Amino acid sequence: MKIGAPKELAKGEARVALTPESAQQIQKLGHECLIESGAGLGAGFSDAAYRDVGVDVVDSAAALWQNADTVIKVREPADAEIGHLREGQTLISFFWPAQNEERLERCRQQGATVIAMDMVPRISRAQKMDALSSTANIAGYRAVIEAGNQFGRFFTGQVTAAGKVPPAKVLIVGAGVAGLAAIGTATSLGAVVRAFDVRPEVAEQIESMGAEFLFLDFEESQDGAGSGGYAAPSSPEFREKQLALFREQAPEVDIVITTALIPGRPAPKLWFEDMVALMKPGSVIVDLAAEKGGNCDLTVPDERIVSDNGVIVVGYTDFPSRMATQASLLYATNIRHMLTDLTPEKDGVIVHDMEDDVIRGATATHAGEITFPPPPPKVKAIGASQPKAKPKEPTPEEKRAAEHAAFVKQTRTQVGMLVAGGVVMWLLGLVAPASFMQHFIVFALSCFVGFQVIWNVSHSLHTPLMAVTNAISGIVILGAVLQIGSGSWIVGLLAGLSVLIASINIVGGFLVTRRMLAMFQKS
Amino acid sequence: MLSQEFVSAAAIAASVLFILSLGGLSNQEKAKRAVWYGIVGMAVAILSTALGPRIGGFGWLIPMALIGAAVGVWLARKVEMTEMPQLVAALHSFVGLAAVFIGWNADMERTRVAAIKATGVSFDGLSAFATTLAHKTPAELTFLQVEVVLGLFIGAVTFTGSVVAFGKLAGKIGGKPHKLAGGHWLNGGAALLALILAIAYFNGAGFWTLFLIAALAFFIGWHLIMGIGGADMPVVVSMLNSYSGWAAAAIGFTLSNDLLIVTGALVGSSGAILSYIMCKAMNRNFVSVILGGFGTTQSEAAEIEGEQVAIDTGGVASALNDAENVIIVPGYGMAVAQAQNAVSDLVRKLRSAGKNVRFGIHPVAGRLPGHMNVLLAEARVPYDIVMEMDEINDDFAETDVVIVIGSNDIVNPAAQEDPGSPIAGMPVLKVWEAKQVFVCKRGQGTGYSGIENPLFFKENTRMLYGDARASIDALVPMID
Repeated sequence: MKIGAPKELAKGEARVALTPESAQQIQKLGHECLIESGAGLGAGFSDAAYRDVGVDVVDSAAALWQNADTVIKVREPADAEIGHLREGQTLISFFWPAQNEERLERCRQQGATVIAMDMVPRISRAQKMDALSSTANIAGYRAVIEAGNQFGRFFTGQVTAAGKVPPAKVLIVGAGVAGLAAIGTATSLGAVVRAFDVRPEVAEQIESMGAEFLFLDFEESQDGAGSGGYAAPSSPEFREKQLALFREQAPEVDIVITTALIPGRPAPKLWFEDMVALMKPGSVIVDLAAEKGGNCDLTVPDERIVSDNGVIVVGYTDFPSRMATQASLLYATNIRHMLTDLTPEKDGVIVHDMEDDVIRGATATHAGEITFPPPPPKVKAIGASQPKAKPKEPTPEEKRAAEHAAFVKQTRTQVGMLVAGGVVMWLLGLVAPASFMQHFIVFALSCFVGFQVIWNVSHSLHTPLMAVTNAISGIVILGAVLQIGSGSWIVGLLAGLSVLIASINIVGGFLVTRRMLAMFQKS
Repeated sequence: MLSQEFVSAAAIAASVLFILSLGGLSNQEKAKRAVWYGIVGMAVAILSTALGPRIGGFGWLIPMALIGAAVGVWLARKVEMTEMPQLVAALHSFVGLAAVFIGWNADMERTRVAAIKATGVSFDGLSAFATTLAHKTPAELTFLQVEVVLGLFIGAVTFTGSVVAFGKLAGKIGGKPHKLAGGHWLNGGAALLALILAIAYFNGAGFWTLFLIAALAFFIGWHLIMGIGGADMPVVVSMLNSYSGWAAAAIGFTLSNDLLIVTGALVGSSGAILSYIMCKAMNRNFVSVILGGFGTTQSEAAEIEGEQVAIDTGGVASALNDAENVIIVPGYGMAVAQAQNAVSDLVRKLRSAGKNVRFGIHPVAGRLPGHMNVLLAEARVPYDIVMEMDEINDDFAETDVVIVIGSNDIVNPAAQEDPGSPIAGMPVLKVWEAKQVFVCKRGQGTGYSGIENPLFFKENTRMLYGDARASIDALVPMID
């Protein structure tokens, strides 16, 4: 099969769907590659670079559309391009079928198969062809760089001979792929980063990137997570709280990057004119949702404007294209993975398997029919993780009551044990001779002292403790000493043996303890 | 010749010194002074007793004490720190045996003194103990018999129990639990028989009853400890430590000697507390440890999915080079492989590279309470980076690399995650919360308790197979 990549027609679009690197990989699948002359220039790939790896460079777009069996593109096809489509041809590109029903219908009429890269389902297996994520990643990075470009101060806090510089405070709204990439970039530049998202389960991801999650204290547990890891629209009450939080943050932050998008809808308005008015002059807002209408009231798509109070609002929609080389490399790799899945035998024959979850999900038209929207994938998307239930904080009264109950219980057991001990003593006293009772008191007190003392012994010294107790339990030698002078030879013999082994204990125990303790040293 | 008043005063001084000696073990620096209190206390006790009234037999006493002291010096010099558990067990057995001898002696003296009393000869030529006996009332003598039986019984159990524990710890007897047919019924029967014999003895039966009681107690001690497996040894050794103390205390009652009672009670309670701490660290109660190993109430443990992924030393070294926070969790396997010096070298190198390296010690790691601390101290690891479980358990989440060396059950997540596991509820070191875990292990077998360890199958775990010492030695030159 011949795979061809035309030059992008959209204004300012510098990306290309085929790179020399991806071409080599695609050729290994048994395909031939075509490219329109000059298509890669904007991304830094010359025609010669393509020729070097065996790509056929075609002079005109018309010739390319004519020759290629499968056309790969970045942007959705322009009207002229749809005219080129023919029956049996496959188009792989971003398409946005939900917003472009008319265009979809025209493609169907032309009889072409359309695979929309933006419709690749979000399941683990399809991550390698998830062009939305790879594009969003670039957009997030570039948004911070763009903001830095507009912002008149350092990101990182510094104390220099020429004065103290406070760190820039960055607020990221929406912690999707773009938001997380922006958090990572901004924190590594040294800014203080806060982030907000309607999905509470992303708090952990935000914190793992080094930002502070702005927690919204909302009574009824609202979960803003829709299916497939995307956000869903939120309830009016929740929205009110959220806006109040933003109003609180507005005077403090220097840079706001908004990335809030809900699939298939215009971007939600989150940053109102009054919030812009609250911000300090020189602050920067980068609106990554500008293409879908913008999260900020003042956003003008594709333009940089300055508000009355000197806040810069950047509404560029071509962040990925502003990093065309990187974006092309990643996008071409996504396309290449899609082609790998479409060419299961690696023999240059494309098999459009409508049973495959990923291919089925991305296909918008096929065999003269519109196949959008796809049925839900068989494999469940990213498991909706349960937000962690916060352990309920006991009120001070409850705490006090619990403490009191524990105290009462402890007192009861202690008193109980004392009473039981007393009764045992009394019973013993009834039968035992006085001399025994005297010794018994000594014994009981010693046990008591022993318990009090031993609890304070450090865990790391338990072995030396055992060695010391070994040594001092050699005190039985006293028993033998008291008996050894007996007139009976057998008593003398046994006592002598006892002296022998008890002195091993005493000397061995103490010496080995000293040896051990000498080894313990501070660093 | 010192007067009895002086001897009593010396006994008080010695008791206080012993208490100070044990209390001083609350930290490493004080401990170095505390051991001197113990030594001085012991010297005061022995000298004052030996020079006290009516002590004879120096012809026996001095050479025997000198021989014993020489053997003690030799033992203390020669012993390897990895052999500490064996040494401690052996020393317990000596106390037990001495208690048995002294108990027998006490009874022989009792009958001898009774005979002398009957003939009405004066008591002048008698030994110190015999003189005490001669002044006892009949009621006191009955109590004395009870005390003799108790001291004898506890001493005998301590003796054979410690001998078996020594054998197991030294590897001379297999570590697996081993019981005769009949199990604990045999122990129970023996104890009952001993009780019957004791009653016969109280009612005037002769010396042979004491001999048989000791024999039965020897059997119980042997059989009881044979039935307990290797990893429960920390509890067993602490328990025997406790018994040796109680035996000494019982002998003290027999001899009406307060110093023996005080010291015995101190040692006894110390051992009891250690046993309690060890049992708590394994989430098992004392009785179940004593009555035998794991596997008696086995319920179905959860199946483990996944596979153990191996790694070579190069991979571990590169992870260590990238890490900032490292925690090492040693276990008995480190002692077996004698890897503590290699580990110490590794730690020194990592620390000089500016990394934060610490050790996490589980209370029952090793075969003796505090065993790991002593081994690491011997390898000159500073004690302030050796942490207890409770001190370090919350830090694993912020740790880059955990190296588990020769431990298994004490890092088993099943203890917390799988209620069906035999070790469910046991507090463990939460190593799996770290970013990466490397397990240094001989092969793929299960731990002592025979339980699969889900840790080895976790995604962030890599297995470094081979001898721990060889692996760590190979690792050291790769750290930069």
